[in-house]
Amino acid sequence: MVNGQAVNCELVWREISNYVDGEVDAGLRVAMDEHFRACRRCASVLEGTRNVVRLYRDERMMEVPSGFGRRLERRLAQSAPTPGRGWSTWSAWLVPVAALALFAGGYRVADSLTVSHPMQSKMAEPGHGIPPEMLVVVSAGAKDFHVPGCPFIHNKNEERTLTAKEAMREGYVPCVRCMRKYLETARAEKISLELESAAEDNDSGQESHGGD
Amino acid sequence: MAEPNALLNNPTTETAGTPREQDLIARVQRGQSELFYDLVRPYERRVYAAAMAILRNESDAEDVAQEAMLKALANIRQFRAEARFSTWLIQITVNEALMRRRRERTAKMEAIDDRREEESEYTPRDFADWREIPSEALERKEVRQKLAAALATLDRKYREVFMLRDMEQLNIQETAEALGISVASVKTRLLRARLMLRDLLAGGWEQGWFSRLPFEKGTKPW
Repeated sequence: MVNGQAVNCELVWREISNYVDGEVDAGLRVAMDEHFRACRRCASVLEGTRNVVRLYRDERMMEVPSGFGRRLERRLAQSAPTPGRGWSTWSAWLVPVAALALFAGGYRVADSLTVSHPMQSKMAEPGHGIPPEMLVVVSAGAKDFHVPGCPFIHNKNEERTLTAKEAMREGYVPCVRCMRKYLETARAEKISLELESAAEDNDSGQESHGGD
Repeated sequence: MAEPNALLNNPTTETAGTPREQDLIARVQRGQSELFYDLVRPYERRVYAAAMAILRNESDAEDVAQEAMLKALANIRQFRAEARFSTWLIQITVNEALMRRRRERTAKMEAIDDRREEESEYTPRDFADWREIPSEALERKEVRQKLAAALATLDRKYREVFMLRDMEQLNIQETAEALGISVASVKTRLLRARLMLRDLLAGGWEQGWFSRLPFEKGTKPW
């Protein structure tokens, strides 16, 4: 309908947004181009519309509150489910954790290490109850130390293994996810071992009593 | 309005991300969820802005932005590699924000806007000569505030379409799907939003918002 024909200002205003987006057909585009060359008012509307689109598209127009990124990262770390796996991941790596604890010979929960080094992270919690000789993992650019295999280790390519005592001395703080889980498991296991031991003592006492 | 799961399963853009982004997506999909923040960090402003466009409350927008990120992580395996990750994130965020708004009925007052006839044509009011405004003008906080204030004066239905199309850079179809409206409505609202903003900013152009000081304070050009 507009091929070879002039378009009026009203049609130009109606289509100017589509024109800016490149969504008018070739015939209409040619007619509008022609109109813009002849009509200063519509040329002004076009230039202003382009300015609006360009200015608001700039990422500087999207300001976020101070600390937004830090809070987002923290919430993701605290709440993030492992995609499609859930708790099976925890149980999968808690097995080697238990083995590691025995291997490191540091399975002495009572021998707790109290951190006196100033904490670097706001999320830091003193590492009460962490066996000093337990082998842990740190990585470049991060402030936490982790149980090997923890899914929250940053920069896995730059991991370093050392003892918990050394890590704390270097200013690292316990990962609030994996270390807490580890300690809870270790404590539960210790209690369980003590109960089993007490039960065995009890049983042997009953047997000897029954034998009399 | 599309259902959340439909959005999760059906990102509509066909532009794949950078190789690094694709690699990060693949690793997070394999279970390295600790890399998820690296993946979304480039888009955190856009996610927050999308939530803010709909909720208009900083606290709610931040909470919804976080919820949307968590939802994206939980459903990362449903993301198709050939789609654009940023669009998928924005669509989830818009959906979360709309659900929050419905739940909390914060739209009660603004719903009045929607009763107005949107098909009526808009006639530009200002025809003064413009020239290209340099993007450096945005370095000035005052300019950004003026632009944000102008946008805030638009009715909700125009503001939301403009935000998603021009600021979040969704295409027309994606904007329509995200807001649950027709493509024709998106085009009509977008036209009106752009022209209204243009008229609002024309006043600022005349008052010199966008021009830099021609000389430093304390020195004179003569």
